[in-house]
Amino acid sequence: MAYSDKVVEHYERPRNVGTLDKNSDRVGTGIVGAPECGDVMRIQIEVDEDLNIVDAKFKTFGCGSAIASSSLATEWLKGRKLDEALEIKNTEIVKELALPPVKIHCSVLAEDSIRAAVADLKQKLRKNGVLPADENEVAAASN
Amino acid sequence: MRSIYLDNNATTRVDPAVLDAMLPFFCEKFGNAASRSHHYGWEAEEAVEAARGQVARVIGADSKEIIFTSGATEGNNIAIKGIAAMYAEKGKHVITQVTEHKAVIDPCKYLEQHGYRVTIMPVDKYGLVDLNELSDAMTDDTILVSIMHGNNEIGTLQPVAEIGRLCKQRGVIFHTDCCQTFGKVPIDVEAMGIDLLTCSAHKIHGPKGVGALYVRRKKPRVRCEAVIHGGGHERGMRSGTLNVPGIVGLGKAAEICWEHRDTEPKQLMALRDRLRSGLESRLDEVYLNGHPTQRTPNNLNLSFAYVEGESMMMGFNDIAVSSGSACTSASLEPSYVLKALGVGDELAHSSIRFSVSRFNTIEEIDYTIERVARAVNHLRGMSPLYEMAKDGVDLSKVEWAHH
Repeated sequence: MAYSDKVVEHYERPRNVGTLDKNSDRVGTGIVGAPECGDVMRIQIEVDEDLNIVDAKFKTFGCGSAIASSSLATEWLKGRKLDEALEIKNTEIVKELALPPVKIHCSVLAEDSIRAAVADLKQKLRKNGVLPADENEVAAASN
Repeated sequence: MRSIYLDNNATTRVDPAVLDAMLPFFCEKFGNAASRSHHYGWEAEEAVEAARGQVARVIGADSKEIIFTSGATEGNNIAIKGIAAMYAEKGKHVITQVTEHKAVIDPCKYLEQHGYRVTIMPVDKYGLVDLNELSDAMTDDTILVSIMHGNNEIGTLQPVAEIGRLCKQRGVIFHTDCCQTFGKVPIDVEAMGIDLLTCSAHKIHGPKGVGALYVRRKKPRVRCEAVIHGGGHERGMRSGTLNVPGIVGLGKAAEICWEHRDTEPKQLMALRDRLRSGLESRLDEVYLNGHPTQRTPNNLNLSFAYVEGESMMMGFNDIAVSSGSACTSASLEPSYVLKALGVGDELAHSSIRFSVSRFNTIEEIDYTIERVARAVNHLRGMSPLYEMAKDGVDLSKVEWAHH
């Protein structure tokens, strides 16, 4: 299969590969997929006191399209408000990377990783009283 | 730049000497081998008979026992469906094994849909069939055992001589798919008790679209019902005008293998082993798939833990190899052969098959070692699994969010 130039570019020079301290109160971690399925994606986000995403990191076990999807996702996450993170949709990733239909699941993994990371972080923030313990607000934010 | 070709279990470059042998049979000696009334037909027939001898010699057969086909898929179909149809009154049970090529599995499944019973033997972690289990699987109703010689994905060599002996004892016909071993691993149909044998030209630097099927003529005389009818060519077992240039190419390719039988397999093994030791010296957690010693001389199937096959191939896209990863298959399923070994799907996703040929050089192997090692290190640097494993996490105990 021939890859788009953008996928190749992200593969060769992945953005934001790395690890944030998953125990930090300001870091949310999302891991989706399973080794036996051939895809494991981890996206981490870190917020400042105003809930701006100041850092995002990824590590991915998977094909080139999965690596590119998560690399692109971290690029798009940085600088957003936490609530804006969930506005990143897999369809946008598909479009940006020109993913063929057989690789759409890679973009879905990226979106799911973002959701998981945001959910993890919001849980911590609620626990620490930074966010109100209100399930409705979480639901509203993800819509 | 032309990429380095290390996918010789899939197909091979035609040897220029093979092409030279074939060329006169297109525009000059273009006769129909079945034409008995003129020189064109006679010279075509003569060339076909010479090729029959060249193929027969490689496996210790008589040239009368060789039937030319369009390739191994057809050969396997004639052997399996043809035997089943011919001996249906004797019994309706066929035995094969799980890592066979689809060209064996699918005809067996076809038989299953048409009133036959098919037993698919499991294999051990090296891909070997257990002889005791095979013996136990045989019943009075068993007419055919079809078990390959060398596996196309993992290279494992089945104990065909022992299987042949077992089949003889039980009066069962033994077919073996030798696509990956014909011309590379010694084969003797007498010593190994083989009744039918399939091979293909394009795996040994011959042309695509031509193969041969050995069908034993005595002790016992084995008969196959035709799959393709019309004209009664090839002792009635395979009708159709003979592909003379292709057959000449197959004969020449077989002859070259035979002439170099004492040296070429050793050269292939040396390249293969250099590649393996080079990769293992540069990378940790590299696992060999298939049998460590009982394997075809040109196959090396390795799993590079914590990285996925398709992404690896992307990292060395100037080297042609294949992978058992799901992402590289049309079905999005990891290799059924690797799954059958019980190595775990994650190692199937991380597998790369390298297969060498007489046209590969030491320089190509050394370049491949560098490129693969660099790609694997690049990918492990961004693999969450590698990080977790290095941190001492037992990946088998993690609860994954299945997608």
